Amino acid sequence: MQALYAQLLVGLINGSFYALLSLGLAVIFGMLNIINFAHGALYMMGAFCAYFLLNIWGIGYWWALLIAPVAVGIFGMVLERTMLKWLAGLDHLYGLLLTFGLALIIQGIFQNYFGSSGLPYAIPDQLRGGTNLGFMFLPIYRGWVVVFSLIVCFATWYLIERTRLGAYLRAATENPTLVRAFGVNVPRMITLTYGLGVGLAALAGVLSAPINQVRPLMGENIIIVVFAVVVIGGMGSIMGSIITGFALGVIEGLTKYFYPEASNTVVFVLMVLVLLVKPTGLTGRAA
Amino acid sequence: MKRRKFATLLLGTALSLSAGLAFAQDKVVKIGSLSDQSGLYADLGGPGSTLAAQMAVEDSGLTAKGWKIDIIAGDHQNKPDIGVNIARHWFDVDKVDVIVDVPNSGVALAVSNLVKEKNGILLDSGAGTSDLTNAQCTPNTIHWTYDTYTLAHGTGTALTKSGGNTWFFLTADYAFGAALERDTTAAVQAAGGKVLGGVKAPLSTADFSSFLLQAQACKAKIIGLANAGADTTNSIKQAAEFGITTSGQKLAALLLFITDVHSLGLKTAQGLNFTETFYWDLNDGTRAFAKRFQERAKNHSMPTMVHAGVYSSLLHYFKALDALGGNPHDGAKVVAKMKEMPTDDPLFGKGSIEPNGRTLHPAYLFEVKSPAESKGPWDYYKLVSTISADDAFTPLAKSTCPLLKK
Repeated sequence: MQALYAQLLVGLINGSFYALLSLGLAVIFGMLNIINFAHGALYMMGAFCAYFLLNIWGIGYWWALLIAPVAVGIFGMVLERTMLKWLAGLDHLYGLLLTFGLALIIQGIFQNYFGSSGLPYAIPDQLRGGTNLGFMFLPIYRGWVVVFSLIVCFATWYLIERTRLGAYLRAATENPTLVRAFGVNVPRMITLTYGLGVGLAALAGVLSAPINQVRPLMGENIIIVVFAVVVIGGMGSIMGSIITGFALGVIEGLTKYFYPEASNTVVFVLMVLVLLVKPTGLTGRAA
Repeated sequence: MKRRKFATLLLGTALSLSAGLAFAQDKVVKIGSLSDQSGLYADLGGPGSTLAAQMAVEDSGLTAKGWKIDIIAGDHQNKPDIGVNIARHWFDVDKVDVIVDVPNSGVALAVSNLVKEKNGILLDSGAGTSDLTNAQCTPNTIHWTYDTYTLAHGTGTALTKSGGNTWFFLTADYAFGAALERDTTAAVQAAGGKVLGGVKAPLSTADFSSFLLQAQACKAKIIGLANAGADTTNSIKQAAEFGITTSGQKLAALLLFITDVHSLGLKTAQGLNFTETFYWDLNDGTRAFAKRFQERAKNHSMPTMVHAGVYSSLLHYFKALDALGGNPHDGAKVVAKMKEMPTDDPLFGKGSIEPNGRTLHPAYLFEVKSPAESKGPWDYYKLVSTISADDAFTPLAKSTCPLLKK
């Protein structure tokens, strides 16, 4: 039983990465209608950004949490302005192919320079060590990841669903012409939204740098799982992707305990089931 | 008149036939370096193996003797079907004579079968499974560098004898992990230890904490990591994070390469015991090779034992070709010649190849230095003990290779 609690907690930790990443995807899909396959590569860039900040300029983890998402977010906005912008109004497939190609190029460039085994990034001193919870040893850093990503997730949800800015955004997706008529600069808003989604991916990258090795391919596998999360939660649904992210982390954790061989596939089995029963996802509305 | 025409025709046929025979043995060689060029094993094999092959060609001196030797590289992406397709294309279209490297035991076993069918040659340096020279041995495959038996009997036996008599395995869920767990279990039990449990993790898992918690709950003294590459570095890093190493359990990284240690950093990796058959700082021969390799390698990394194995196996292959006076393009024939000749090169020293295709040379038990002990980048290993060639590899009497039953 104790082991089960531990697995639930570990699942929750992994779930927070899924939630952060799927949240970024949901924001981008919901507002821009782009299926952003470059998300995994941008997540990796966030981790590398933290590594560069530390090893080139001696800037530590805490500043990296702020600087890396901004830097990678700006990179994302450049991508949006120079490439994705031209795909507005076209079929989803074009955006998917473009971002998938971008992901391959970005990963290839990083792999060419940094190899595949990865680079070390240490846990910041303030978050070292752990506490014994009785049923498991919880590293402080992992606890921090859960708390921090919960805060970020709900802040993003609040921004989009409850503020005036969020209302503009949602209106702009529904009817861009009308919103423009009210004097809102819609293209700029779309660029900033893409930057926000990308920044969330980079933030997840910084959070994961001390846990996993900083590797060019770190986003390659996780992005597939995260897409499944987004599909299960309902494409474009903010709250759906947050909840599904955490829930799937827990389900995956339990699978690792009961039948570890299936832990890589359980998410996709769930995805198939959800698609069969409720094709719009758990919280999605019919198109 | 008619008879003379017949005679001319006969002469012509005979001449062209003899010309054909002369062409069968030529001085053209094509090498295929088949590896994981972009995935989790790319640093321990990958482009470095192609470079090692290139260096072997240059150092063999055969080009000066009029040989024409080409190298092509392929990416099997750790998928047996892709590996076999590349190899098939190489044999059928590119006329490749010998395939080198091939990390990932699953791919290696599949390619080895194809190589036998095509009568080519497989000089495997990257794969671990000892099945390549046991149940699945072929007259066309030579297994260089190391295998799961070496790792099991190096690290497994040493740790069990020094008090780590209870084990829990964290195993990569494919051919290599299964073979390594099997061989290590045998070694641990032979040394008087017990295996308490294990868990199979899918290849390329990012987060090992669930598995590590199971290992922690099991209370075994040693957690054996029967995995490789990024899987190993992630498990080591996360084990430190979950306080496993500080709470008295010890990690046994059964397969660790110098690129893994470099990637982990000494702070995390220090004190790990593991077995390898090559380290760049062993002697003058290895240092000289490593220096030349590092200058030309992408990222300027030191050669792993897999790279060293590619170099050394090809040098031996070239010696056999030289002794044969030409390339007969007959895999089994060249491999038989290679098995006849003793091996001798600056990286692995003197050795031999067993009839089942296993190369024998010493192996070494290393310990990772602490940051204070290390004099600089890549100065990572301390030699703990040398394992003689006889102890490092499956004794011929125990080999289950069908080739031995004649």
